[in-house]
Amino acid sequence: MKRVKTILRVLCALLLFIGTFLLLQSLLTPKYVDDVVEGAFVAEYYREKKDHDVIFIGDCEVYENFSPAVLWEEYGVNSYIRGSAEQYIFQSYYLLEDTFYYEKPSVVVFNVQSLQFGEAQSEAYNRMTLEGMRWSPAKVAAIRASMTEDEHFIEYVFPLLRYHDRWSDLKQTDFQYLFHKKTVSHNGYYMRLDAKAVPENLPPVKPLGDYSFSDRAWSYLDRIVEACKREGVQLLLIKAPSVFPHWYDEWDEQVKAYAEKQGVRYINFLEHTEEIGLDFATDTYDAGQHMNLSGAEKCARWIGRILAEDYGVPDRRGEEALSAAWAGKLASYRAEIEEQKERYGLS
Amino acid sequence: MLFTSYEFIGFIAVLLTVYYLVPRRARPPLLLAASCAFYAFSGWENLLFIACTVLSVWGGGLLLEKNLARQKARLCAGELSAADKKAIRDGEKKKRKGILAAVLLLNLGILAAVKYLGFLTEGLNGVLGLFGAAPLSAASLIVPMGISFYTFQSIGYLVDVFRGAVPAQRSLWKFALFVSFFPQLVQGPISRYGDLSRTLFEPLPLSYAVLRRGLVRVLWGYFKKLVIADRLSVAVLAMTGGQDRGGFALALLFLYTIQLYADFTGGIDVTIGLAEAMGVTVAENFRRPYLAVSLKDYWRRWHISMCTWFRDYLFYPVSTSRLMRSLTKGTKKVFGDKAGRKVPLYLSSFIVWGATGLWHGANWNFLVWGLSNWAILMVSQELEGAWGAFRKRFPKTGGKAWRAVAVGRTFLLVAAMNLFDCYPTLGGTFGAFFSIFDPRAWAGFSFSSLLSLGLTGADFALTGVAVVLMFAVSCAGAWGDVRDRLEKMPFALRVVLLLLLFFAVLIFGAYGRGYDAGQFIYNRF
Amino acid sequence: MEELLEILNELHDDVDYETEEHLIDNGILDSLDIVTLIAQISDRFDVTITAKDIAPENFNSAAAMAALIRRLEEEG
Repeated sequence: MKRVKTILRVLCALLLFIGTFLLLQSLLTPKYVDDVVEGAFVAEYYREKKDHDVIFIGDCEVYENFSPAVLWEEYGVNSYIRGSAEQYIFQSYYLLEDTFYYEKPSVVVFNVQSLQFGEAQSEAYNRMTLEGMRWSPAKVAAIRASMTEDEHFIEYVFPLLRYHDRWSDLKQTDFQYLFHKKTVSHNGYYMRLDAKAVPENLPPVKPLGDYSFSDRAWSYLDRIVEACKREGVQLLLIKAPSVFPHWYDEWDEQVKAYAEKQGVRYINFLEHTEEIGLDFATDTYDAGQHMNLSGAEKCARWIGRILAEDYGVPDRRGEEALSAAWAGKLASYRAEIEEQKERYGLS
Repeated sequence: MLFTSYEFIGFIAVLLTVYYLVPRRARPPLLLAASCAFYAFSGWENLLFIACTVLSVWGGGLLLEKNLARQKARLCAGELSAADKKAIRDGEKKKRKGILAAVLLLNLGILAAVKYLGFLTEGLNGVLGLFGAAPLSAASLIVPMGISFYTFQSIGYLVDVFRGAVPAQRSLWKFALFVSFFPQLVQGPISRYGDLSRTLFEPLPLSYAVLRRGLVRVLWGYFKKLVIADRLSVAVLAMTGGQDRGGFALALLFLYTIQLYADFTGGIDVTIGLAEAMGVTVAENFRRPYLAVSLKDYWRRWHISMCTWFRDYLFYPVSTSRLMRSLTKGTKKVFGDKAGRKVPLYLSSFIVWGATGLWHGANWNFLVWGLSNWAILMVSQELEGAWGAFRKRFPKTGGKAWRAVAVGRTFLLVAAMNLFDCYPTLGGTFGAFFSIFDPRAWAGFSFSSLLSLGLTGADFALTGVAVVLMFAVSCAGAWGDVRDRLEKMPFALRVVLLLLLFFAVLIFGAYGRGYDAGQFIYNRF
Repeated sequence: MEELLEILNELHDDVDYETEEHLIDNGILDSLDIVTLIAQISDRFDVTITAKDIAPENFNSAAAMAALIRRLEEEG
C-alpha cells in the first residue's frame, strides 16, 4: 500500500513537472505574431488541408513575391508557399521531403537564390525556419545540417533552453497566443502594401573573387532534383525578380547549365520584368529586395499562366469544399489589404 | 566538460541511471570508468599526466608500507638495546624519506612544469633584462584539468602513508579512483584519503531518498552558479575589461566577491551532492565564510580542504623541521626568549602563504595576495594580547552588535583582497583599488552607470533576490541541515518548492547564447 | 604534567586545561598555538615532536599531550 502511494505521489509530481515545463516553454518561445512574423510561416503549413497542386519552396524571394490568392482567383490553382527567412538550400531540401510526407503536388517551384550559401549564416534564421517544422526524420536531418558552431540539438528539442532569457522580455502577445497562434500568412505569402522605389542611380555591383557555388549547396540542389524525380513531381527552378542582393550573370549561367543538364526548366524572372509588367518604382516595398502586394500579384499572374498552360495544373474552382475554404482565405486576404491601406495611409 | 554544459548534465544522467542499476560491488569500478571517460573528454593527453601521478604515488605508497613492515620486523627480532632500536628506526626512516622525496619531486615537478614554467621564465627574463640579455620565450604546455587538485590530493595520501596515519592502498584501480574521482576534478575539494576512502570503495547503500537528497544539493549548486555567479560574471568581466575606476571599482569589489562565493560554493555543492547521490561522502569545504569575525576565522571557513592541506603538509613540517628548530635557538639568543620563538614561526607562515598564493595562480598578483594575507594575519596575531585586554576593560565589546561590526569588517577586508583575483597584474589590481579613494575617478558615476555593464535592471533585481535567498539558506544551515527540514515538510509543499527551484535555475540561469530580439528581426542586406 | 599545564596557561590563560578534552576539535588551539606549544615542549622536555605527531588525538587534551611526551621520551 505504501509503495502504491509513493508511486502515485511521484507520478503526480512528474505530471506537475511536465505540465509546468510545457507551459513555461510555450510562454517563453517567441510567438512571431506581431513584429517578426516570418518566424511563424513554416508552422502554419501543418494547419492546411494538404492537397495542393503547386508548392513554392525557398527564402523571402518566394514568400514575398507570389500571391497564392491570385493563383486561385485567376487560374483555380491551389498553391502553398513553404518559405522562411533566409531559408538555406539544405533546409529547403528537408522542407521538401517534409512536404512529401503529406502530399504530392504536381509542381514544385524552387527559388535558386540560396545556392550562394553552403553553410548556415545565422542562428536566428536557423531557428525561424526549423522550429516550426513538425518532428520527423526530415526535421532531425535539417537541424543537423543547419546547426552553427555553438548551437545544441537539445535546444531544438526543448526550445525553453534557448529562450529562457526572454523572461524579462515577455509581451502581452506571449500570453494572448499561449495556446493558439493566429494565422499571419496567406498560404505562406507575406503581404506588404507599402512601396519604396528602387533608386534611380544604383550603386555599382561589387565583383566577386569567386563565382562558383559551394559543393555542399550544389549537392542539396541535386537532392531536390532527385527527390522530385523520385516522387514524380515536376520541378521548376526560378530566380525571383528581386534586384537586391545582386544576382550575378556568372551565377545565372551556372544555373542555366545545370538546369539544361538535369532537364529541368529554369526561369530567371529578372529577364522577364517587362513581360510581367513590373514597375520597380511602385512594386517593391524596400527598394528592390522584396515585392509588395502589387508586385507579388503581377508575378503570380505571370507564373500562373505558365503553371496552367505549360504544366497542366488543373483549375479546381469547381470543387465545392476547396472553393469554400478559399472563400474564407480570400476574405481574410482582403481584410488585411484594407487594414494595411489604413496603416500605410493608402487610398 | 564544465559542470554547466549540456554534456555534463547528459553524462551524469546516464551515469546515475547505470550506477543505480548495477550491483553494489560494481559501482566503484564503474565510477573509475566514468572518471576516465570524463577525463578523456577534455583531451586524452590529460590521461597520461594523471596516469603518471597515479602510478608513481601508488608505487611510492607500497614501498613506504613495505619499509614500515620491515622496520617492524627488525625491531621485533631478538633482544635489542635502545640504541640499536634507534639506529634501526633512523636508518629505515632515511630510506622512507628518500622514497617520499623522489615521488614528491616527480609530481611537483610535473605540476611546476605545466603550471609555473611561464611564471618562472617571466621572472628570469626580468633578471636577464637587467643585464640586457635577450628574453627567453616561455615554453607553454597545456595545463591538464584539475592537476593542482589531484596532485595535492595524492601528495597528501603519500605523506599520510609515510607518517603511518593511513595504510597504503594495494589495489591500483582503487587508488586510481581516489585520484581521478571526477566530481572533484573541476573545482576540488582536495579530499583526504582517510575521509574519502571510507565510502569511495564501498559506497553507502542507495535509495530514492539518497538520490533525492544528493540531487537537491546539486540543484542548489546550479542555482548559485547559474543564476548568480554566471550572471554577475558578465558585469565583472565588463569591469575588469576596462570599466574599473572609482564607483565601478567599488562595485567590482562587491560583485566579484559575491560571484566568487556563488561560483565556488555552488560548484562544491554540485560535487558533494553528486557524490552523495552515488553513496560517497565528500568532506565539506565551506562553513559560511562571509560570516567570519576575523581573517583567521575566515580561513577556517573558506576552502577548508586547501587550508588544512597547507597546514598539515606544509606548515607543520616546515615549522617543526630541524632547520627551524636550530633557527629558533639562534633567534632566541638575538631577540630574547619570547620574540625569538616567534621569528621561525612567522617565517614558516610566510613560506606557507607564499605557496598558497602561487597555488592559486602562477603570477605576482597571487603571490602578493598570499603575502598580504600573511601580513594581516601576523599583525592581528600580535595585537591579540592587546585586543584581549581591551575586551576585558570594555565587556560590551563582546556583544552581538560588535560581532556584526567584526563580520562586516572581515567581509570588506576579504572583498578588497579578492581584487587580486580579478587582474593578471599588480598594476591592474592597485590601479582599481586606489581609484576607489580618488574623487576624480568617481566623476559622473551613479547607480544607473551599472546598467552599462551588460546587465539590465531586471538582471540586477533578480540577482539581488537570489543573493538574499542564498544568504538566508546559508544562515539557516547554521541551525541544522536545510535538507532535513525540507524532508520533513508535507509532500505537496516539498514538490512545489523543488519545482520552483528547478524552474528558477532553468529560466533565470545565465546560460546559452541569450536572447536578443534584434537578432530575429529579418533584415537581409 | 604540571610543567605542561604551565606552558599551556602561558598560551591561553582562559582555558580550563584539566577538563577540556576538545582543544583541537573546538578550535581552541589553532595551528600557530600548536607550533608555539611544540617549540616550548621541545625546549623543556628534550623530545622532538614532528609533523607526524600533530594529530588531533595527540593534542585534544592536556592528558593526551602528556601521553605523547611520555611515548616520545621512551622512544628516545
